[in-house]
Amino acid sequence: MSDLTRMTATEIAALVAGGETSAVEVTQAHLDRITAVDDRVHAFLHVDTEGALAAARAVDERRAAGEVLGPLAGVPVAVKDVLATRGVPTTVGSKILEGWRPPYDATIVQRLRDAGTVMLGKTNMDEFAMGSSTEYSAYGPTHNPWDLSRIPGGSGGGSAAALAAYEAPLAIGSDTGGSIRQPGAVTGTVGAKPTYGGTSRYGLVAFSSSLDTPGPCARNVLDAALLHQVIGGHDPRDSTSIPQPMPDVVAAAKLGATGDLTGVRLGIVSEFVGEGAEPGVMAAFRESVDALAKLGAEIVEVSCPTFAYALPAYYLIAPSECSSNLARFDGVRFGLRVGDDGNRSLEEVMSLTREAGFGPEVKRRIMLGTYALSSGYYDAYYGQAQKVRTLITRDFTAAFEQVDALISPTTPSVAFPMGARTADPYQMYLADLFTIPTNLYGGPGISVPCGLSEGLPVGLQVMAPTMADDRMYRVAAALESAVGTFTPPAL
Amino acid sequence: MAAISREEVAHLARLSRLAVTEEELDMFAGQLDVILQAVAQVGEVAAADIPPTSHSVPLTNIFREDVVTPCLTPQEALSGAPDAEDQRFRVPRILTEDVAS
Repeated sequence: MSDLTRMTATEIAALVAGGETSAVEVTQAHLDRITAVDDRVHAFLHVDTEGALAAARAVDERRAAGEVLGPLAGVPVAVKDVLATRGVPTTVGSKILEGWRPPYDATIVQRLRDAGTVMLGKTNMDEFAMGSSTEYSAYGPTHNPWDLSRIPGGSGGGSAAALAAYEAPLAIGSDTGGSIRQPGAVTGTVGAKPTYGGTSRYGLVAFSSSLDTPGPCARNVLDAALLHQVIGGHDPRDSTSIPQPMPDVVAAAKLGATGDLTGVRLGIVSEFVGEGAEPGVMAAFRESVDALAKLGAEIVEVSCPTFAYALPAYYLIAPSECSSNLARFDGVRFGLRVGDDGNRSLEEVMSLTREAGFGPEVKRRIMLGTYALSSGYYDAYYGQAQKVRTLITRDFTAAFEQVDALISPTTPSVAFPMGARTADPYQMYLADLFTIPTNLYGGPGISVPCGLSEGLPVGLQVMAPTMADDRMYRVAAALESAVGTFTPPAL
Repeated sequence: MAAISREEVAHLARLSRLAVTEEELDMFAGQLDVILQAVAQVGEVAAADIPPTSHSVPLTNIFREDVVTPCLTPQEALSGAPDAEDQRFRVPRILTEDVAS
């Protein structure tokens, strides 16, 4: 049999369902691949060998008993370490949760188990999902499989790198300002941020609750849609979960794969194709736009003037919510406790614990949020940012009266060298320039590989109206059918 | 002019319950100044009459049915605690000795 780790999730599921291979064999092949390459890539923080093989055996037994398996049964999946996994370490890339084994599963993890997917382990990430390079992980950075000296994006660099290094065919990420789409773009993989409220946040360690959106990562659009279908939909345990049926993203991906976009109107965001992106990225983007036009799409330019203020608004709203959310890390109920010598007060122990447990980027954002929310600054910073959020939403609404979906490059640059931006936090923030508006609006966005620049992958972003996730899958699958997928050099 | 002083950053650290070092204060003061000057651009937007958006999903008062469902056992709930005693989370001293006496 050909190499199981090079197959799509769809192919693996068909082989398992048809009895041509077993879930155990598939899982072992991926565990072996992890053993072979992950000391160089460092996509995983924890590999759950026993749990994975047990889950795979259970799938094989169900099949042997004559059960009809779901569309992803027996397919391995890597889960970002931001989701609670019962009995399996969950650190959020932070020392403050080192050694924590959650007593419950996140809803998404439960749905992955119910679907018969096999969780290989937990992937590396910027601490608390704050970062764009995975260099802010407290456990060391992840390396981009295309060039090990470059960043794999962030915060979900581990999930994206696991896909690009063929350590897993599917992965879960979470996207607060681009943490699924930007790593997808710079690793040549597909990353989708669902509509906010379309995927459950129950069991997702909170960073910015009004923005955090878990979603699927894969090496092709159809696999991402299949994973989206498994994890998405209403969850009564998340009070912001949308109580409506999900659009049929799998049917949309299949329709798109026919390569026909006749009647589809696509809007290029004028503000994102000026001087913001590097020339190689723009060249790949322009070629992709031509490809989309050849598939029948009508292409227009749409101006969204307030998008220029999305990045500053985001870096007030997200840190404000983070400063509140991360107050729960107080050294009492879970995680680290430092300096409890019997004499120090609770408040002193709390301050020493948080000082020792949080890394520099997390501290910066907690303090920034504390500042933006403090009386005297609230109106000028947090309050004003919330008004800008309204205007950005209006720009999206107006744009979607003219076009079915918006397109842009996913990122301003290809993967940058490791260490290039860690000394200048604001330069790091600019990596998410094009992905942030969608988070503030709440609609879905997907990054799909669209070409190479200097031998490194470039992503094209498709943004759609709230609860129209199917539209972005259709466009992304159509583009994929025209430009193909991209394979990194052998590791 | 700097948007934020070293003293203000020290105050923010205290409010945030972060026992930062002197070296960190030097570093954070410079970095937060750069970030604050950049994010202050939101002030350029004319938005006086614009309502704020806190959330993209306009849902309010979401409750579940008032029925008993399974939940964590005390042992499970305490399983990650740094310190526990008699089925409760044990915390460091919360009162000063003056008050306690």
